[in-house]
Amino acid sequence: MSNSVIVIRPIKTLSFSDLSELWTFRELLYFLAWRDLKVRYKQTAIGVLWAVFQPLATMLVFTLFFGTLLKVPSDGTPYPIFVYTGLLFWQFFSMSLSDASNALVGNQPIVTKVYFPRLALPISTVLTKLVDFAVAAVILVGMMIYYGYTPHVSGLIVFPALVAITFFASLGCGLFLAAVNVKYRDVRYALPFFIQILMYLTPVIYPASITHRFAWVLNLNPMTGVIQAARASLLGSAPLDSALLAEAGLISTAMLIAGIVYFKRVERHFADII
Amino acid sequence: MTSPIIEVNGIGKRYTLAHQKGGGYLTLRDILAGAIRKPFELIGRGNQRAGRFETKEEFWALRGVDISINRGDVVGIIGANGAGKSTLLKILTGITPPTEGEIILGGRVASLLEVGTGFHPELSGRDNIFLNGAILGMARREIARKFDEIVEFAGVSRFLDTPVKYYSSGMYVRLAFSVAAHLEPDILLVDEVLAVGDVEFQKKCLGKMEEVTRTGGRTILFVSHNMGAIQELCTRCVMLESGTVVKQGTPAEVIDYYMSRLKREVKELILEEDSSLAIQIVKMRLEDEQGRLLSDIDMGNDAVLKMDYVTRHPIPSLSLSLEISKDGVPLLYSLSSDADEAALSRTAQIGRYCTSVTLPTSLLKEGSYRIDIGAGDAAGELKVARGDGATLIFSVINTRSDLTQKSYRRERKGLLYKHLVWENKGAQ
Repeated sequence: MSNSVIVIRPIKTLSFSDLSELWTFRELLYFLAWRDLKVRYKQTAIGVLWAVFQPLATMLVFTLFFGTLLKVPSDGTPYPIFVYTGLLFWQFFSMSLSDASNALVGNQPIVTKVYFPRLALPISTVLTKLVDFAVAAVILVGMMIYYGYTPHVSGLIVFPALVAITFFASLGCGLFLAAVNVKYRDVRYALPFFIQILMYLTPVIYPASITHRFAWVLNLNPMTGVIQAARASLLGSAPLDSALLAEAGLISTAMLIAGIVYFKRVERHFADII
Repeated sequence: MTSPIIEVNGIGKRYTLAHQKGGGYLTLRDILAGAIRKPFELIGRGNQRAGRFETKEEFWALRGVDISINRGDVVGIIGANGAGKSTLLKILTGITPPTEGEIILGGRVASLLEVGTGFHPELSGRDNIFLNGAILGMARREIARKFDEIVEFAGVSRFLDTPVKYYSSGMYVRLAFSVAAHLEPDILLVDEVLAVGDVEFQKKCLGKMEEVTRTGGRTILFVSHNMGAIQELCTRCVMLESGTVVKQGTPAEVIDYYMSRLKREVKELILEEDSSLAIQIVKMRLEDEQGRLLSDIDMGNDAVLKMDYVTRHPIPSLSLSLEISKDGVPLLYSLSSDADEAALSRTAQIGRYCTSVTLPTSLLKEGSYRIDIGAGDAAGELKVARGDGATLIFSVINTRSDLTQKSYRRERKGLLYKHLVWENKGAQ
């Protein structure tokens, strides 16, 4: 029997004591992610193939319209692999963001009935998307073999950093929006629209090189740095812009910290107003 | 061993009730619209006050609650709906923080606020055991170790790989309770779980809880409306009313106090007519054999229940049901169609009816009892309209103090009052 003493007091100031608590609840994190994965493809005919089908189908449509018909430039690489590299990271970001934003509202019954670190819910949804990302990345490997690309050694080193930046950026935004969503359900309606706009402000379907003097606007978005660096290191389309990558790393870390701070500040009201 | 494991000092929880013109969720649009209508209010008093809100009202769900609980105590918490029982448990688990006061807990807390929390309908029973266990705070290894025990207790081994959405509600509840019952916290909070499941399983749960406290020295806080269960399980009892503790003590004392508070002052119950109901009980009263209105019945006497009901649509095969219960345990159940089977082939016409039935209250010993009347269509499943107010509470009282009544005092065992003939022939 534990001798730990727990004191419950009114929460008036910002407290981060449960960030360490999150570690003791790491198995819950795992189970929540596992639940989402397991439930997602229940009662579907093709199951996990959906994780492959979505980016693949999007890639084909974009290749047809933007690559073949509109002749969007692609920095000298074949358009399909160019757009797929962008989509891979973009879909990881956008799907994580939209699922994390609904993580609290979607789990209302457990939020109001059981105590656990609330951070676990948005974090576990992003972890789920990481699995989808891994599945979709296999397709990229296949395409690289097909088009005969060998990644630079630098690419293999940079790749985990790119995943981490995407993870931080989507989780940071997701935490903020999840907390806002508890009080203002507008998030649910505004977000899909917002994500779509944001995609056009990220060089997913076009190269950043065509933006010229507006490039700085795009560079504020950490996903620009991620997608640029992915293409540079995996496809060798351009030299790796390490300054831009560092900037993306800083911005995404700042987003994550801001997201956690905001989330923690409003967390105590969740069970009362959700 | 006697140092308190839970110390609740002056806990208060305030909610702010916003009376909205519309209802529904507050959206940014409302705040913006409010800002346009009353721009200075937004700047001056903070954005939450603008918008759709008309008035704000503060409401203390709990105020100045002091409770001290020792290790190994099983404490029942009773009180009418809205007395603050669930809020207290929510604060104890940490789901919501208190507005004032502090609580010192000497161990790990786990709650059974509602069984099946976090069950996912699409997942199999096996998966849900792990998921639910993790949500309740069990480690994976712990769940794996107790897995067989959990399955066996719930009695669902044949359906382990079936998604729980196909489970019967009884199986669902059994599995959910079973997971929670195998938690090993120092302090266990239980809220109303026993209201569900069949009687047999309820008994099993109560037994499990008892076993847990006896062997594990665990402290349990048990919120329930089932006075029988509180009486049977708890070593102490706390009664809340409008957010404060009004009575603490042994379960028998507190339950008595609670029942006396519940007892209606009016001797005749007249219900407000609601024209949307097809059938409604509108008046209930108890009379003695001479036709005098009663609220308390002298032990050993029968009473006559008279009631008026209104039917607003023709109802085929109308039947009334009557249930007498004590502390949530039904003692007697009867249908009007039992005596008049012809009623089942008749259609009750629109109108006002008066019915009377003699209750065998002479069989009941001292205590508080409750009568619930239901009405419905007996041909199909009888839809007993319980909970719509057709409930009368009465007490059987003992006004005599001669020795012959001694065995039937309230605190003694037994439910019935009946003098038995003891023949004593002396030593042979």
